[in-house]
Amino acid sequence: MLSSQHFGDPGKMKDYHYTGPVEHKFSPYAYNGGTVLAVAGEDFAIVASDTRLSEGYSIHSRDSPKCYKLTDTTVLGCSGFHGDCLTLTKIIDARLKMYKHSNNKTMTSGAIAAMLSTILYSRRFFPYYVYNIIGGLDEEGKGAVYSFDPVGSYQRDTYKAGGSASAMLQPLLDNQIGFKNMESVEHVPLTKDKAVQLVKDVFISAAERDVYTGDALRICVITKEGINEENIPLRKD
Amino acid sequence: MALQDICNFQSVFEDRLTTEYPAVPHGKKIASSYVSGLPFSNNKSLFHFYIPVAEYLDESPIQFGQISTVQNCSAVSSEDPFLTSSSLPTCLPFASSQSVPLPFPMAHGTTTLAFMFQGGVMAAADTRSSCSGLVACPASQKILPIHSHLVGLTSGTSADCALWKRILARELRLYQLRHGRRLSTSGAAKLLSHMLHPFKGTELCVAATLCGWDGGETGPGSRGETTKNQMTELFYVCSDGTRLRGMLFSVGSGSPYAYSILDQGVHWGLSVDEAKSIAREAVYRATYRDAYSGNCVDMYHITSKGWTRRNREDLKEEYYREKERRKHEKTERRDVTFSD
Repeated sequence: MLSSQHFGDPGKMKDYHYTGPVEHKFSPYAYNGGTVLAVAGEDFAIVASDTRLSEGYSIHSRDSPKCYKLTDTTVLGCSGFHGDCLTLTKIIDARLKMYKHSNNKTMTSGAIAAMLSTILYSRRFFPYYVYNIIGGLDEEGKGAVYSFDPVGSYQRDTYKAGGSASAMLQPLLDNQIGFKNMESVEHVPLTKDKAVQLVKDVFISAAERDVYTGDALRICVITKEGINEENIPLRKD
Repeated sequence: MALQDICNFQSVFEDRLTTEYPAVPHGKKIASSYVSGLPFSNNKSLFHFYIPVAEYLDESPIQFGQISTVQNCSAVSSEDPFLTSSSLPTCLPFASSQSVPLPFPMAHGTTTLAFMFQGGVMAAADTRSSCSGLVACPASQKILPIHSHLVGLTSGTSADCALWKRILARELRLYQLRHGRRLSTSGAAKLLSHMLHPFKGTELCVAATLCGWDGGETGPGSRGETTKNQMTELFYVCSDGTRLRGMLFSVGSGSPYAYSILDQGVHWGLSVDEAKSIAREAVYRATYRDAYSGNCVDMYHITSKGWTRRNREDLKEEYYREKERRKHEKTERRDVTFSD
C-alpha cells in the first residue's frame, strides 16, 4: 500500500509532529539532488549542470558534475539518484560501443534517445530514479534536446531543465528562450554567446533559492567543432 | 573476452533469435539462455537487462514510429506465427504488486475524446502532461497515428502509452505483412487488450481509444453495415482489461466535462465543421474546469482516405475570444433593456 509520504518531495524535510507509529522500510532509492539544463540552438547545443552531490542535510561532494560525454556530438545530463546515474551511464557506454562495433558508425543523438527510452522502460517496475536530458547535434547539424522521465517517456524540445531546481528554471527558460507569456515581443533567434550567458545567469539564480544546487557550474557547449567545457564557480553555502 | 562477458554480448545477440520465456504456453519449448528473476539477484552482470516484455523490447533501437522489418522478420520467422502473435511473457516476478515504492510521481491527467458521425471519426485531445502538480510538458502529443487509417488516443502514464503504441504499431505491421491485409480496428483493439492483460494488477496505466477506418478487405469478420455504410470503428481499451466498442468515448480526468458538451451536441448527422467545433468546444470546457488538462487542443479526423490533422490550437486564445463575446453580449443586453 503506497502511502502519500512516498510521493512527497524526496529528500526534503519531513514534518516534525507525531503522526502515530510509522513503519519504516528499506528504500533502495536515495535522492542526491542536482540540476541539469539543456538548450538547443540553430547549430549548437548546450548541456549544463551544477556539481554538488548532496543527501539530506549533507554535501557529499562539491565536484561531481552531472554531464556525461557520450559521443563527439552528444552529452547526457542525469540527476536524481547518483547510483542509478552511474549504472545508467555505464550501460549506455557499453551499448554505444556495441553499436559502433556492429554497425561501424557512431550513434546519432536521435538513436541514443530512442535507445535510452527502451533502456529506461525495461525497468518499468523497478525504475532508474534518474531524470535525463540529452543534448546534442542531429544528423543535419542542428541542435537537439531530448528530455526524459524516469520510465522512458521522451520527446524532443528546444530547452529543458531537470532535477531539483527544474520547477524554478523551466518557467524562466519558457519566458526567455520560448518568449512565452509576453505580448508583442520580437522573436530573436538565440546566439551561442547569449545562450551561454543566459545559462550562467539562470544557474546563479537557482543556486540562490535551491539548497541542492550550487558549488560550481559545468557547461558543455556542443558544436560541429567538438565539445567545449567550462567551469564557473557558484555559491558554496 | 572481458568486454563480452561484461556486456553479455553473446547472450544479448543470441537471445534475439530465440524466445526468452522460461515456461512457454502451448507447450512449445525453445532453448534459451535467458535468466529471468529479480534484477538484483541476477549475478550475470549489470548489463543483463530485466525486461518484463522480453520480445518486444530486446530489439535494436527502432526509429521512432518506423518499423524495422529486417530485424523483426529474422527474429520471429523461426517461430510458429500463432505462438508469436499471442506470445506473452509468462513469468513476471513483479506482476502482483509494486514491491518498491516509487519516490517520484508519474505523468497522468488528461482529456481525450472521440466520436463517430456521418463524416467519419473525430478525435480530439488536450496537450498537457502533468506530474502531480507540475506541468511536465505543455506540448505533448496524446493522439498518435498508428498507421494511415488508425489513430490511437492515449491517456494514463505517458511512458506506458508511448511504448505500447509503438508495440501495437509494430504488431499491426507484422500482421499486415504476414497476412496481406490490414487488421481491423476491432482486431487491433483485441490485440492491445491481450498484450496488456499480463500486466493487470501492476501499476501500468494505459487507457487507449482506437479510432480507425476498416477497408473492405478485412475479410469475413468485417462488419460492413450497409445501412449506414459504417466502416469506421471506435474502441476503448484499458489496462484493467476493458474493451468496449462505441459511438462516443471520452477518457481522462477532464472527461466528465467533455461528456456534458458531447452528450448535448453529438448526433449522427453532424457536418464535418460542426463536428470539429463541438470537439474543440468539449476539450476547451474540460481544460477550463480540470486542472490537469490544458494548453492546446489537437484534432484528428479519420475518413476512408485516412487521417487528417488539424493545426494545434492554443486554448488561451479561445478563452480571450470567449471573454470578448461575453462582454459584447452584456453591452448588447444593456442596450436592449434601455431601449424599451
